Amino acid sequence: MKERYTAISRRQLLKLATGFGVSVGLHPLLQRSARATGVASPMLGELLPIDRYPNQIDLKVFQEQIKIGDRQSNAITVNGTVPGPVIRLKEGQIAKINVSNELDSETSIHWHGLILPATMDGVPGISFNGIKPKTTFSYEFPVNQNGTYWYHSHSGLQEQQGHFGALIIDSLQPEPFSYNRDYVVMLSDWTEEDPHQVLSNLKKVSTFYNYQQRTIAHFSEDADWARMRMDPTDIADVTGATYTYLMNGMAPANNWTALFKQGEKVRLRFINASAMTYFDVRIPGLKMTVVQADGQNVQPVSVDEFRIAVAETYDVIVEPEESKPYSIFAETMDRSGYARGTLSPQMGLVAAIPPLRTRPLRTMADMGMDHGSHGDHGGHGPKQQDKPIDHKSPQMDHGGHGMQAMPNANHAEHNMSEMNSSPAMDHSGHDMHNMDTAPAMDHSGHDMRQMDDGGADLGEAVPHGPDHHGVGNAGVPMMVKNRLHEPGIGLESTPDHKVLVYTDLRSLEPGSDGRSPDRELELHLTGNMERYMWSFDGKKYSESPILQFYYGERLRLTFVNDTMMEHPIHLHGMWMEIDNGAGAYKPRKHVLNVKPAEKCSVEVNVDVTGNWAFHCHLLYHMEAGMMRTVAIVERPMGEQS
Amino acid sequence: MKHYLLNKTLGAIACGLGLLPMAPAAAEHNPLPETAIAQHRHSADPEIPAGFTPLPGVEPEYHGDQTYGLLLFEQLEYRSQQGENSVNWEINGWRGGDYQRLWLKSEGEIGTETGDGEQETQILYSKLITSFWEFQTGLRYDYEWGEDSNKDRFLGVVGLQGLLPYKLETDAAIFISEAGDLSARLSLERQLLLTQKLILQPELEVNLAAQSVEEFGIGSGLNDITLSARLRYEVNRNFAPYVGLDWSRKFAGSADYSRAEGESVENWSIAGGVRLLF
Repeated sequence: MKERYTAISRRQLLKLATGFGVSVGLHPLLQRSARATGVASPMLGELLPIDRYPNQIDLKVFQEQIKIGDRQSNAITVNGTVPGPVIRLKEGQIAKINVSNELDSETSIHWHGLILPATMDGVPGISFNGIKPKTTFSYEFPVNQNGTYWYHSHSGLQEQQGHFGALIIDSLQPEPFSYNRDYVVMLSDWTEEDPHQVLSNLKKVSTFYNYQQRTIAHFSEDADWARMRMDPTDIADVTGATYTYLMNGMAPANNWTALFKQGEKVRLRFINASAMTYFDVRIPGLKMTVVQADGQNVQPVSVDEFRIAVAETYDVIVEPEESKPYSIFAETMDRSGYARGTLSPQMGLVAAIPPLRTRPLRTMADMGMDHGSHGDHGGHGPKQQDKPIDHKSPQMDHGGHGMQAMPNANHAEHNMSEMNSSPAMDHSGHDMHNMDTAPAMDHSGHDMRQMDDGGADLGEAVPHGPDHHGVGNAGVPMMVKNRLHEPGIGLESTPDHKVLVYTDLRSLEPGSDGRSPDRELELHLTGNMERYMWSFDGKKYSESPILQFYYGERLRLTFVNDTMMEHPIHLHGMWMEIDNGAGAYKPRKHVLNVKPAEKCSVEVNVDVTGNWAFHCHLLYHMEAGMMRTVAIVERPMGEQS
Repeated sequence: MKHYLLNKTLGAIACGLGLLPMAPAAAEHNPLPETAIAQHRHSADPEIPAGFTPLPGVEPEYHGDQTYGLLLFEQLEYRSQQGENSVNWEINGWRGGDYQRLWLKSEGEIGTETGDGEQETQILYSKLITSFWEFQTGLRYDYEWGEDSNKDRFLGVVGLQGLLPYKLETDAAIFISEAGDLSARLSLERQLLLTQKLILQPELEVNLAAQSVEEFGIGSGLNDITLSARLRYEVNRNFAPYVGLDWSRKFAGSADYSRAEGESVENWSIAGGVRLLF
């Protein structure tokens, strides 16, 4: 492919530099007037080694007009920029961060992924009462972890308006991987609309932003979906119809650029600060080695592409062999747009931008209707696009299958013996890609099956049972199964194109807690897209606010996704250890993406006290009520410890 | 409201009560004004288990029961037809939460030459009873005006509105007038995307009555059937110009009343207008 080289003058570039690179840990904050002249010290998002960390950090939250792309937009900024400044801390220090609210309304900052005292978690109504206008709240907490994290407002819909930034904690110990350059790559979705208007529009017409719906050309093909009153094109609620996708606050045309010299290893810390957008990230021409997920070291995995759910972080290392520009391409899951930057040996160069792929379609697998038929050992689900269907692929999504697809319909006609005659599930094929790239996997601790009963095996479908979740749940999948080994809708993992899956994630160090869970709590992810209602177990936050964890227990949380959408589930204050078959090497995460019709589990050591937020990190789902307060309580008398 | 309207209202309600199931009480909280930050309100009875204590000094906020609304001018159009041409409207709107809403439905027609016309407005309490269906009950007010006479009446309404399989938008209602006359209406619509912005909306409406109501030209049995299709171009979701074609026919007693009035029992019309969403 021929590359176009475009020169951008340094002056233009500085104009674009919104001051993102001003690391709080590095300098006193620039005066606002200085910022306006575009004086950005290091490169945007570049992290340089530092030897001194500030004793105190001052953040101010403003509402102001800033330039996003080529337009002046109304934003909520932290210290005058979107994203806010990179906060740089050192493991072992005490963080003191003063947040002053210059808005007319309440604000807050939540330190996403940090383990800290309950009163410092920054969630209004749970941790504290929020930061009232013209007041300052002083956060103070010990920093006992390291890695890539982020911070964002937990008030109203401010996160959508730009109130977020990166939070980088440098490790006390030498890190288990090396690199020459270090960049934050913060992805976000930006709309010029008032976010309250966005939610209001979704409540009026749930397909308001979906301009990739199926037309009558597919009328008969889609008859089954129509009968179920479901929309197979509902991949993202809010799309490129209103969103511009940003990388470090810069629109695709502005081309955020990270410099490297030939032969250098570059660390890219991807943070998905979007309100609603999942990204599929590629750097065409480069393999990416995933070394951290959600700030936790993992056994290195070499991939061509990874999906980053809302609020997740992935650190990758790349080693460009040639001295030429490479596109950092973050395509939205619904293919309605992309964020883009360039990894380049010098400023002003660009590489080809890959074409957007076809928007995928939901399949019967997302309804739990695929009868356990999957002969896809790379763990990829059926791929479906608006093109002639390849009947050799295991697709079940076109009409004529005689599905009794109506939730709770009479399934008598379902021949369950089909399930036994479907291609035998060959677990030896699961999860074994990457054997070569993973460092010395210890198979003794690696059991393909769950370590104990209580969860379905990967890919093994179990009946969902009847729906007891009321009018807020528009039906349930017939069967649910663990899909942690699947890359997700619209992504195919092939020998030539490796896509990261959750079963690839194995903690670098074995977990210290070998206990089996004392208790299992099953939560259903529920929703009614038609009315844009979202909840857990059919109950909104306002109806059932409290979830109780017992202090000291090891809890298995099992998620069952009754909806046809992915949900990034976020637990504050405690790590979720993902039951992905990695045994003692279960990865720790703060956000777990749960796929449609999926049943999967995490284990939580309940070793903190207080009250914590727990919610879907899709901002408008949370606002609609898909949230709980987790209250840590004493184990009731009579319960086994 | 004038006294006689009030009396008519009470009469209609009284007639309706025999039929209407008791509506659940509406939510007890008054919606607060919406500000830049979403209002968090306690719902009637959140399930707070014993033993839950907020952190010291923290006032819990639980969200998810905000109030939203919709105002849709489904039709705002000029109709060309065999008789007098007319300007027509059809408005649907609601305000409320996920489970309970206040609905407004209004439709009407004004002749472009005489200024004669008719309108029908419903105000309904609506409750979500299944994932796809709302139970609705409330009042309907009909008013006809012209050179000969002005007449009006109140009716009680009980209905179901929602989505049938195959995404048929359905509105089925039973009406009982203040005089005790019973009638019913079924309307079915479907949105068909020709492209992402060009949308065809076929609609079927059927009206039935149990008794004849001569004053309003209604015979007993099947009154009329209307088949229509509107083709709109969504410049955006809020603004869509359209063209429409309607065919309607009256039957049985209703047709006889029309013939007696010298009107045709079958009517074709072509319409052009805009659909507005607020």
